[in-house]
Amino acid sequence: MMPELGLFSLILALCLAGLQWFLPGLGLLKHNTFWMQSARPIALGQSFFISVSFLCLLYAFVQDDFSVSYVAHHSNASLPLVYKISALWGGHEGSLLLWIFLLSGWTTTVSLTQRHLPRPFLTRVLIVLGMISFGFLLFLLATSNPFVRLLPNYPVDGRDLNPLLQDFGLIIHPPLLYMGYVGFAIPFAFAISTLWGGDRSLPFAKWMRSWTLLAFSFLTIGIALGSWWAYYELGWGGWWFWDPVENASFMPWIVAIALIHTLMLSDKRQIFHGWTLLLAIVVFALSLLGTFLVRSGVLTSVHAFANDPKRGIFLLEFLLVVVGAALTLYSFRAKKFTNNTKIYLISRETAIVISTIFLVVSGAAILLGTLFPLVFDALTNQKLSVGFPYFNAVFIPFMIPVLLLMPLGPLSQWGHNVLGLVFKKLTWTLIFALFLAVGLPLLFAETVPLGVVTGLGLGLWVILGTLKWLFDKIQIKGSVMGLSKGALGMFFAHTGIAVLVIGVTLVSYYQIEREVAITLHQSLDISNYKIIFEDLKPIEGANYIGSQGHFLVFKQGKREADLFPEKRIFVVQGLRMTETAIDPGFFRDIYISLGEPLKEGGWSARIYYKPFVRWIWLGALMMALGGFFSAWGRWLK
Amino acid sequence: MNTIRKRRLAWVIVLICSSLLATFFILQALRQNVNLFFTPTEVVAGQAKQGRVIRMGGMVQKGSLAQGKDLDIQFVLTDFAHSVTVKYTGILPDLFKEGQGVVVLGRLDPVQKNLFYADQVLAKHDENYMPPEVGDVLKKGMQNKK
Repeated sequence: MMPELGLFSLILALCLAGLQWFLPGLGLLKHNTFWMQSARPIALGQSFFISVSFLCLLYAFVQDDFSVSYVAHHSNASLPLVYKISALWGGHEGSLLLWIFLLSGWTTTVSLTQRHLPRPFLTRVLIVLGMISFGFLLFLLATSNPFVRLLPNYPVDGRDLNPLLQDFGLIIHPPLLYMGYVGFAIPFAFAISTLWGGDRSLPFAKWMRSWTLLAFSFLTIGIALGSWWAYYELGWGGWWFWDPVENASFMPWIVAIALIHTLMLSDKRQIFHGWTLLLAIVVFALSLLGTFLVRSGVLTSVHAFANDPKRGIFLLEFLLVVVGAALTLYSFRAKKFTNNTKIYLISRETAIVISTIFLVVSGAAILLGTLFPLVFDALTNQKLSVGFPYFNAVFIPFMIPVLLLMPLGPLSQWGHNVLGLVFKKLTWTLIFALFLAVGLPLLFAETVPLGVVTGLGLGLWVILGTLKWLFDKIQIKGSVMGLSKGALGMFFAHTGIAVLVIGVTLVSYYQIEREVAITLHQSLDISNYKIIFEDLKPIEGANYIGSQGHFLVFKQGKREADLFPEKRIFVVQGLRMTETAIDPGFFRDIYISLGEPLKEGGWSARIYYKPFVRWIWLGALMMALGGFFSAWGRWLK
Repeated sequence: MNTIRKRRLAWVIVLICSSLLATFFILQALRQNVNLFFTPTEVVAGQAKQGRVIRMGGMVQKGSLAQGKDLDIQFVLTDFAHSVTVKYTGILPDLFKEGQGVVVLGRLDPVQKNLFYADQVLAKHDENYMPPEVGDVLKKGMQNKK
């Protein structure tokens, strides 16, 4: 009965989503307060039924109800409970339901906490959210119903969850990523409501800031988790591939950074309203595009679930309608939001605006590389792919000026500045950063490539410059306690970026990756470590069998770690899986994964030395923390 | 022209020049890093430029996988009409199996048209999932055979 209840709830939710934009819309037209007010209760009702539906599907997974086709395809009775739960978003239908569920969560939060907003404004926000929800519910019900039954001959056991997804990182990666993606619907709805109302005197930027920061922080953690998962789970030590699906999450992320900063300009200085509103639309458009790219199966990717062309076309049409309507509205209303306030060349405003332009352009270049194969295929019917060197080539150069500007922004004033004074504050920072960027690698490494000096120098420049800003601020305020949450948030976010840049630079230049054939008791030197292949024995787990290696890691004769990489064979699907063994460290990882047994005896194996690789995820977490801090600070205001 | 106009004009010119420059660099980078996709049939017919990085997709022929010295590996990639021998040094992905679709990235041998040196072997992360390109290739190959 539960699956039918779930489906029924979904249909009810669809009806309510329809009402959520229809009735209040009518109210707006007729200036009828009662109809306008109906938006909130309807939104709450819609969220309720979506939650019921979500819980029904969850129940089916937990209860191993293999008469539900989706459950039978993605779960198995022998799976541990957490994986049964996470299997819900292991496929197309469920992950879409999760998308809708999270949207309803955001909508509920808005309708419960934003009652202080002017009624027509909030009504328009809920109308926009209702329309988005309506579109996705329609999509789910029309093309990807998760509650389809396999009656009367349903399987006794499920097909099992893809073993790659049976992992802690992947339990929380999709929900966090989606929290971010979907969360951008809120600033989007606010922007549309602002444009629709056409009233530039409303402090819309103030209202949008914490939502944008929250969504951004979730997305940051989601992306970082995906990267971390790929690193240890896929077994070859990569942490970023410029895979189209990674790009799909990266594009809204990078433009969201620009949005967060122009929101500050709009809020504090009443300038660049038009640019801010456009960015809010673009960020959500990119989130939708991401959903389309990932879920339509147009891309060859880890994440492509399905190849049903109906789904792709529906999503594409929906994307075009939403983005088209938003941009049309923007083109008619944007001039109401332009401003002729004079901007000084040497000012915080300029630093921010120039950075946002670089961020958006780099986003556009990534978009070009991601969509080019699709467009080329459609035009010429010839397949191609854009290699990752392209993305490095178009992304890194654009980030250099952004990083250079990062300490300059906070350390200059709003309005007019004297360039000399700004630089005077940063003279020592510059000298120290350069000195350390050359000195540290000279001290610890044999070679000092220009790329290391650049990356390390930029990272240190940002860290030292931001520290300088923090100390100045503390001096003015008298104590650390005087700092606002926003200031702390900015400090964490900016130093987080720097930590990430340093991690990326050092691991890219100084990592050692060796693929070797290694026999028992043989040893191998990598960096200043000695690795010994000590033992190999068979293993058996709940739903797999396999082999486990035992490697010893020595540094200067001292035993530092024992590593146990595994090769597993999952019985149900007959899939082979590599379980990496990593000796993690703040300054380096030792990474071992087993290949396969060789004909001549021994095994093939990957043995890697990865310096500073953890700094990448540490930096991302610091950014997210900074975002949460700032959002919290704004919330209290 | 008054000063405000002059300044605006200067801004516009700077903006146009820098965006042209940026576009130029981006397109240049794109041109250098595009890898065309070919089927074994097209490769054997000589449609792919030798010496350039390309991608090729097809099915790993059953019984063709052979281990050489150290980590050298060799297998045959086919679209059922024609086939190409692929040489690779390294560890194959977990989902690599004979009789399944893979995509290889690398270069053709300068002399032999049916010998391919792969830098990367891509097998998908889900055994039920056929890369769309490979699906197309196999369909075309079957038709050619008929």
